[in-house]
Amino acid sequence: METVIFFLFAALAIGSAIVVVTHRSPIYATLSLVLTLFSMAVLFVLLGAPFVGVLQILVYAGAIVVLFLFVIMLLNVQKEENAHVDRGVQLWIAILGAVVFLGLFWLAFWRTGLRIGGPAPARLTEDLVGLKGLATALFTDYLLPFEIVGLLLLVAVIGATVAARRSDSETVRPDDDFVSGDEPRTDPLRSLPDPHRTSVAEPAYSSSKREAHS
Amino acid sequence: MSSVPISWYLLLSAVLFGIGAIGALTRRNGISIFLSVELMLNAGNLTLIAYARQWNDHTGQLIVFFVMAVAAAEAAVGLALFIAVFRQRRTIDVNRLNLLQG
Amino acid sequence: MSAGTADFVASLVKYGLMFAVFINVAPIMNWVERRACAYIQDRPGPNRLGPLGLFQPLADALKFMFKEDVTPALADKPLYLMAPALALLPAFTTFVVIPFGPDIVVNGRTVPLVVANVATGVLLFLAISSLGVYSLVMAGYASNNKFSLLGAVRASAQLISYELALTLAVLAVLIPVGSFHLSDIVAYQQAHHLWNFIPQFIGFMVFLIASFAETNRLPFDLPEAESELVAGFHTEYGAMRFALFFQAEYTNMAALSALGVTLYFGGWTLPFVHLSGWLGAAVGLATLLAKVGICMAFFVWIRWTFPRFRYDQLMRLGWKILLPLAILNLIVVAAMTLAGWL
Repeated sequence: METVIFFLFAALAIGSAIVVVTHRSPIYATLSLVLTLFSMAVLFVLLGAPFVGVLQILVYAGAIVVLFLFVIMLLNVQKEENAHVDRGVQLWIAILGAVVFLGLFWLAFWRTGLRIGGPAPARLTEDLVGLKGLATALFTDYLLPFEIVGLLLLVAVIGATVAARRSDSETVRPDDDFVSGDEPRTDPLRSLPDPHRTSVAEPAYSSSKREAHS
Repeated sequence: MSSVPISWYLLLSAVLFGIGAIGALTRRNGISIFLSVELMLNAGNLTLIAYARQWNDHTGQLIVFFVMAVAAAEAAVGLALFIAVFRQRRTIDVNRLNLLQG
Repeated sequence: MSAGTADFVASLVKYGLMFAVFINVAPIMNWVERRACAYIQDRPGPNRLGPLGLFQPLADALKFMFKEDVTPALADKPLYLMAPALALLPAFTTFVVIPFGPDIVVNGRTVPLVVANVATGVLLFLAISSLGVYSLVMAGYASNNKFSLLGAVRASAQLISYELALTLAVLAVLIPVGSFHLSDIVAYQQAHHLWNFIPQFIGFMVFLIASFAETNRLPFDLPEAESELVAGFHTEYGAMRFALFFQAEYTNMAALSALGVTLYFGGWTLPFVHLSGWLGAAVGLATLLAKVGICMAFFVWIRWTFPRFRYDQLMRLGWKILLPLAILNLIVVAAMTLAGWL
């Protein structure tokens, strides 16, 4: 039974991972990533880490990937066009990289005596699966990394807010000069409400129409 | 008694890492590269959990907690940077973000 | 039959029971909503089909089935078709951790009356309900419609913002209990003869407000408000697809109500009554359903009483008011637990 579940979700993970890296539309790639994360969460549960599995869905699939989707929709990222000139070179580099990585892992197996299809691990213990051991270790042995990660998240929040903020010198104008002619006609960043304005006096997407009428 | 040897999980992790690496090297879209990096991080997580199971030690699971938190922070900051870059250059095609080239 | 298979079969039977209960939520709530809204607005409401208009949901279901199914020409077909179905998945999966009765003994085995008695308990509920964002996003994006996209973006921002406050409120309930199992939380409330909403009142208020936002109900229904965004993310969905979204919304409401009732109002237990055996299980299920029904009636009452929040007011409430309150609640509950009061 466990073998069946493993093969099913491993196949699902690999399949959706391939879709993530090959599909031209970023939205489809992101949704495939959700599927990959979900199947990996199942594999985590199979490996005796139910809390990590559920956290994977809650944090990774439920928040991080939603952030990706937001940014994709905000920036109106289009589908990638087909191969350009140096695509062939890129592909060779990619294949070389994959061969190197797989070779490394095969070496790791060979050196340590761990064979494909080696002995199965021992019975799951409550110590591993249960939350108590995990939480105790987190707040005693690993307290410093825990606090540092908290600080890191705070810094990330501040950094993200500052980096994505519109600078005060930029004014909101309906038409703007673009880098080249193949970008969308309306700037998606301009047509959504400014998060710094606390009251929405008029909807931003009709401001240009109002100016046209007056 | 589990019937799936740990080496199968490690092999799966290696394959996913390889796929993620190919994606990170091949894609032109900045966000797609980011997605491939997340895939690689997940492959690493799978390895850690597999070894935690092998040695019956929950340290692996703890490290995965930290990796997830760091991945969240990295995703937030990275995407904010993409938004900032898009404002200036109107594109996130990494082939065109080449101001420092040459 | 080995122990594992017996557990699996028991889980299937329990899931069948819960599914049968929760699939009837949408039609019943359809009727309740329309009659209650009519009563609040001082008008008759549906009263033509059957006594008190009780066959109205049947007529609505028939209408949904026979209406023309229009797909926008430029819609992203796979995502457009998948979104309503995907909306139902979290709705019909989250209630598997809700206990609906005391342990019963079948053929010498003790069967806990929870479909999935997993160690992660409440966390599983929160995790799966956080996947509900994707159907909104897919629907809004695939419809190729500005209103849908805007509705979808607003809805998903609202959902993930209020999810935080919800999770923190739930965590505060877990601290004195010391376990993620919802059956342990119910047992704790029964042992202390005090339903959790009294000692954790702030947490309960945060949970209540956050659950209105999580289910896109007024006063937080800007993403699907008629006067604002046509119909938000489900503008381009008609007939059966809209019925699926509709069903998913009500089932989500019911599941979240069941969670709230289990966390704060004692779940399937009655005060000062000890239930056990098959009779106890039946009474427990009936009690749980009655409490969920009261909670849903409250949802309906609030919907037809309050005006809706503007988007920036909604975001401000979620981040600047509810989140600090939830953290404060967590700290207070932790301090009280350490002091031994809880």
